[in-house]
Amino acid sequence: MSAAPLVEFRNVTKRFGDGPLVLDRIAFAAQPGDFISLIGPSGCGKSTALRLLAGLSPVTGGELIVAGRTPDAAAADLAFVFQEPTLLPWLNVAHNIEVPQRLRGVPAETRAATTRRVLDLVRLGEKAAAFPRQLSGGQKMRVSIARALALAPKLLLLDEPFGALDEMTREHLNEELLAIREQAAWTAFFVTHSVAEAVFLSNRILVLAAQPGRIHREIAVPLPYPRTEETRLSREYLELVATVSRVLRSVEAAPGPDVSPPAA
Amino acid sequence: MSHPAFRILLPALAGALVLALWYGIHFYLTAEMRFLLPTPGAILDAFVEHRGALARATWNTAQGALLGFGLAIVVSFALAILLSLSSLVRTSLYPYLMALQMTPLPVLAPICVIWVGAGLNSVALLTFVIAFFPLVVNTTQGLISTDRNLVELFALYRASRWQQLFLLRVPSALPYFFTGLRIAATIAPIGAVVADMNAGSSAGGGGGLGFQAVIYSAQAKYPALFATAATTCLLGFVLNAAVLTLAWLTLRHWHDAYERRDR
Repeated sequence: MSAAPLVEFRNVTKRFGDGPLVLDRIAFAAQPGDFISLIGPSGCGKSTALRLLAGLSPVTGGELIVAGRTPDAAAADLAFVFQEPTLLPWLNVAHNIEVPQRLRGVPAETRAATTRRVLDLVRLGEKAAAFPRQLSGGQKMRVSIARALALAPKLLLLDEPFGALDEMTREHLNEELLAIREQAAWTAFFVTHSVAEAVFLSNRILVLAAQPGRIHREIAVPLPYPRTEETRLSREYLELVATVSRVLRSVEAAPGPDVSPPAA
Repeated sequence: MSHPAFRILLPALAGALVLALWYGIHFYLTAEMRFLLPTPGAILDAFVEHRGALARATWNTAQGALLGFGLAIVVSFALAILLSLSSLVRTSLYPYLMALQMTPLPVLAPICVIWVGAGLNSVALLTFVIAFFPLVVNTTQGLISTDRNLVELFALYRASRWQQLFLLRVPSALPYFFTGLRIAATIAPIGAVVADMNAGSSAGGGGGLGFQAVIYSAQAKYPALFATAATTCLLGFVLNAAVLTLAWLTLRHWHDAYERRDR
């Protein structure tokens, strides 16, 4: 018997004001420990799905359950890594990592100890006193990840965190992210435009279609963890990348269904 | 051109040219008209001769300028926070703030005298009036221009309104605040001198540089008048330098405008 799902989308729909439907009847469940990548054409609602999970925006229809509660009530169980590092430029690295802990009322001593631990985890222990502008793009993103991990989240939401980085840095950070995950098995939702990245990181990939955003297909990634540089050279990995790419191309080529606003 | 020596050489060269031009004009004038532009040497002599009176007047003006400037910082900061809370508040209050700024100091001076009496209080109050507008406008702009991603980060972690204000919006507004502070530091001594001319008091040796300028003008002591103008200018430079140093100390680690000085 499988464990209770950590996240359940029960026919979730989302519409902003009177605008068109952004997400249409999304239904799936994430088990604890899943690493789920959301991939799809621009405007398919990948980031919107993350925002719903984070409680930053309410669902329009259906029900969204995180750890048995509404996303808003489950806020303490999740952390978010944005597309941009979103570091406070006037604070040094250590103080940046402390911000969410501080907002949650974590005592100063605990904050300092946690910050040291997560900085070592992302191999930036020696940069604790540096200011964001003294860091490279990759280092900034590692600080952003460390800040999220400092909250020991059950659910980690990552919205295209490596999208602005060069290919080499992105691959290194992918490997680092999985290595960190070996030590604390959070459940992850990862938005990306990179098929290779999605296959390398995830055990499940949701390919979304656009206008309105909906699940087109779920693809399991049965590659064993831990995954390393060698994984990228394996035949299974390359075949999965090809499969996901084909599915993604078919989604991008297909026109969306005509979805009218629901009758009152 | 970016060599550090140029930063000293260029202003020095410009200064030498101005001095040469100054002496040129002075000696071009007929002997009876030379009082219009005393030589730098004559002005220096006047400095020495009137040093006691000028020092006392500078101290009096500086007190008024600093009191008004300090009051402007406190009031404008509180007002900026209020204005940043909603666009409705801004729309309601901005016209009145602008009206206050647009009223000339010589017109406000007699009103201040009626309210708080002639002398230091009036000078400080008038300096406040002239200095607080750039501060409040810039600080408000800073408070409402916080990076949306950072606001979202704070929303995600359910920051309270106060946490968002003091941990995010206020620090993020500091570069704007310092821009306003630099403008205010430039105009505060000017405001204090004008206020001193219109609402100052010489009772008990309380006259400032504005008062001193009126006296030297009436006595036709033109080199001393120029020395007074130079002292006023110097006061402005000192206040500006203090603000710049404070801005550099506060922003050097993270703001691009102060990056070069940091390295």
